[in-house]
Amino acid sequence: MANSIEKSKQSLPERLQQGATAAADWMQDSQFWTSVFRPGSIFRKGYTDSPRNRSYVIMNSVLYHLHPVKVKRHAVKVSYTLCLGGLSFFLFILLTITGIFLMFFYRPTAAAAWSDIESLHTQVSFGLLVRNLHRWTAHLMVLSVFLHMARVFYHGAYKAPREFNWVVGVMLLKLTLLLSFTGYLLPWDQLSLWAVTVGTNMMGFTPVFGDQVRFVLLGGKQIGAETLLRWYVLHVLMLPFVLVIFLAIHFWRVRKDGGISGPL
Amino acid sequence: MTEIPEHLLKRSKEAKAQADGVPAPSADAGASSDDDGETIPRSLLEQSQQGGAPAPAGGGVATIAPPAMAGPSGNTHRLLTVVKSGSIQDVKATPGDKVHVWPHLLAAEFTAALFITAFALVFSLFINAPLLELANHNATPNPSKAPWYFLGLQELLTMFDPMIAGVTIPGIVLVLLGFAPYIDRNPSNAPEDRKFAISIQTIHLMFWAVLVIIGSFFRGQGFNFTYPWDTGLHGIFHL
Repeated sequence: MANSIEKSKQSLPERLQQGATAAADWMQDSQFWTSVFRPGSIFRKGYTDSPRNRSYVIMNSVLYHLHPVKVKRHAVKVSYTLCLGGLSFFLFILLTITGIFLMFFYRPTAAAAWSDIESLHTQVSFGLLVRNLHRWTAHLMVLSVFLHMARVFYHGAYKAPREFNWVVGVMLLKLTLLLSFTGYLLPWDQLSLWAVTVGTNMMGFTPVFGDQVRFVLLGGKQIGAETLLRWYVLHVLMLPFVLVIFLAIHFWRVRKDGGISGPL
Repeated sequence: MTEIPEHLLKRSKEAKAQADGVPAPSADAGASSDDDGETIPRSLLEQSQQGGAPAPAGGGVATIAPPAMAGPSGNTHRLLTVVKSGSIQDVKATPGDKVHVWPHLLAAEFTAALFITAFALVFSLFINAPLLELANHNATPNPSKAPWYFLGLQELLTMFDPMIAGVTIPGIVLVLLGFAPYIDRNPSNAPEDRKFAISIQTIHLMFWAVLVIIGSFFRGQGFNFTYPWDTGLHGIFHL
């Protein structure tokens, strides 16, 4: 009785707040919640900022694939790495998300490609914005991968025991350039056609098998409808697939080769 | 087979020489000049000196000549050897200056990701990706340019034979770049020790940067040299 009288004295916002707290407690106590968020997760009930929980946040989550529990103090200084490697990876994720969006509205045929892009601009909600994002983050990724390479070189971070990871990194740089270049053709406008013509003409100069490589990549003697389909498959499927494999090796080696290099 | 570290071999050699009564070359008589700062407890030293043998100051593992059956203080045991902890186990002297990845690193990474997203979003709101007319094989634009990251190569092609500009130079550059860690045998990563490597890489990066800038802004009709202020920068975002 006394309890209910006390309750009725409380104002509505107070009671709402209590209800919300009770609901949050009930949710966090549920089997579903505790099975999703492992011990130490910041979303678990009663998370406190303790050294033990700080360790668990990494150790008990997928992040453990990317980061150790602790790193040397100099490694967290932004001025040392400028976050360039991580940003390259993040840009790749952004490009995947925006790229999947674009795939819903694009057909890789000579008859439809250009008009699909144009109607994307005018008839699809946020179509132009997403295409802009895809285009500019692609250029940003080329830039950040290149700068990451320069940063690693100037710190001498490719020296033992990280030699092989440098080689993997150079492969990733080439794959990034190829991904950007194959995407260049897809809008099928004058800019794409002639930039790719100039680019692939250079490929033909490769001795011995240059012409054959060019023929396989173009699907003919010159750029045409077959080229568009081939480069589309390369751009949305094959090159990202290869890139992800190299990324996995690259990240694994960062963890195994002793994290990031020491200060100069 | 385990390899015995060199410093341990040296120590044992010194200690043996001392035990034989021949002064070892590097063995110091003073107990205070211990190489790694760890001293043998004084009580042990005294015990061993009571036995009549010279103090094993220089060596971590010291075998002491057998003393008389009973020492002056009447003890019947004798000290055979003193093994310092550092000589067998690799004791971590300093725990190292480390911080937790959460929150210190993750917060920085999250902030960086937010900044780059914001930058890309604002840039995309104001500047549209180019979409020129439909591709036309019969209308070659003048000039025709490759994507900007290949403009260095296109620039080289105006100067050299295709065999050199399109194959030899980029081929050598890519091979050298890929094998850099195996070519650069210098173990140091201090800038003052790597003047040659840093110079070469800077020249290399500047080489491409200058060529890309020339190709982007200083090439007009027929890919002839021009100044950006003469032709204007109207196609600057046609990337």
